[in-house]
Amino acid sequence: MMLDIAQVRDRLSYQGVSLGIFALLASAALGLANESTRDAIAAAEARDLAASLAQVLPAGSADNDLLKDTTEIVGAGGTATTVYRARKGGIATGAVFRVSERGYAGDIIVLMGVDTRGRLLGARVVKHAETPGLGDKIEAAKTKWILDFAGKSLGDPPAGKWGVKKDGGAFDQFAGATITPRAVVKAVKGGLEFFAAHRDEILGEKG
Amino acid sequence: MSYRDIFKDGLWNQNVVFAQLLAMCPTMAVTTTGTNGLGMGLATTVVLVASNMIVAAIRNLVSPQVRIPVFVVLIATLVTVVDMALNAWLHDLYKVLGLFIALIVVNCAILGRAEAFASNSPVLASAVDGLAMGLGFTGALTVIGLVRELLGSGTLFAQASLLLGPNFAFLETTVIPNYGGVLLMILPPGGFLVLGLLLALKRRLDARVSQTTPPAAAPVLEGS
Repeated sequence: MMLDIAQVRDRLSYQGVSLGIFALLASAALGLANESTRDAIAAAEARDLAASLAQVLPAGSADNDLLKDTTEIVGAGGTATTVYRARKGGIATGAVFRVSERGYAGDIIVLMGVDTRGRLLGARVVKHAETPGLGDKIEAAKTKWILDFAGKSLGDPPAGKWGVKKDGGAFDQFAGATITPRAVVKAVKGGLEFFAAHRDEILGEKG
Repeated sequence: MSYRDIFKDGLWNQNVVFAQLLAMCPTMAVTTTGTNGLGMGLATTVVLVASNMIVAAIRNLVSPQVRIPVFVVLIATLVTVVDMALNAWLHDLYKVLGLFIALIVVNCAILGRAEAFASNSPVLASAVDGLAMGLGFTGALTVIGLVRELLGSGTLFAQASLLLGPNFAFLETTVIPNYGGVLLMILPPGGFLVLGLLLALKRRLDARVSQTTPPAAAPVLEGS
């Protein structure tokens, strides 16, 4: 048997067919793996989302299922943003949505919670590809930097101060990383402006 | 080749980073801290053992002329399946290791071992080779990571508890408090500098060993 394979191995037809079979097996394995992990991955991601939503909303500020109470708002750039509405006893208490801004390496995605008056309840960086050890200080798991955003609004600090200290603003930058915190500050400011422009739509209230 | 030799090769003589100078892309990318190096090394070891075993098992079925595409498809499939499985069933670990797993695909050491060892060796020996090479890689990445971390941020094993669990929080050491940090060490040039210096150190050790071995061996023989 071993000898047979050694003999036919050099034939072009065997090489082509065996390559095809291996590719088929690999595709089958990938399809099977995708099929059997899809639900578990979706569930895990929903849990992650629920956990990050809870981080940018103070405890007790919502009693509804935010993952089900969503709306799509088309912003100034023409892109749709999914907004998760927070309600307590049916009354809107705030909203959570994602904003993104180009950082040092790819987009930085920030999840932010805003109350009905446009005050920031909390912000968290949920996805980024910044330099490990430098730019990743924007993660709440690494430093407390991002926590300082809670309580800020468009007028506090004043519009001119919405930047990092190097640019004359009110927010710290990191040693060796200015582009990253600058992008986060810009993203959060953009998010607050988005909320101000679409407040009634976002909260689901008729103007 | 004995298992002892396989381990010696993997850990030192043929070390993926310090001897073969393979896998430079993941090496430079993740060795900004000791913890990152360790995580990348461990994830790579798992994939390397699995890919070596499968390659060895099918080595007689694959024509030499088409072996490279077969191995590439196999490794890419393996990495993707591991990625999905971790994401689905070990999601917390995935959040820490996810970055590394995608990077394993670009690690030419995996294909290198499939080609140089597993494609002409039995399954068990190939598994041992994968383990030895993987551990050697882990060790190299951890050492480079620790040196860069120490010089760059003044800490050792920062955030180890995120990777290994809260029981390993004791590994996290701040060596130099309020250290401004040498930015260069964290950036890619620092990786090349540290790698170069460690490489020179290894050569030096090797040279010293080969110089001192014959005289050191002689008295032992006489005494015994």
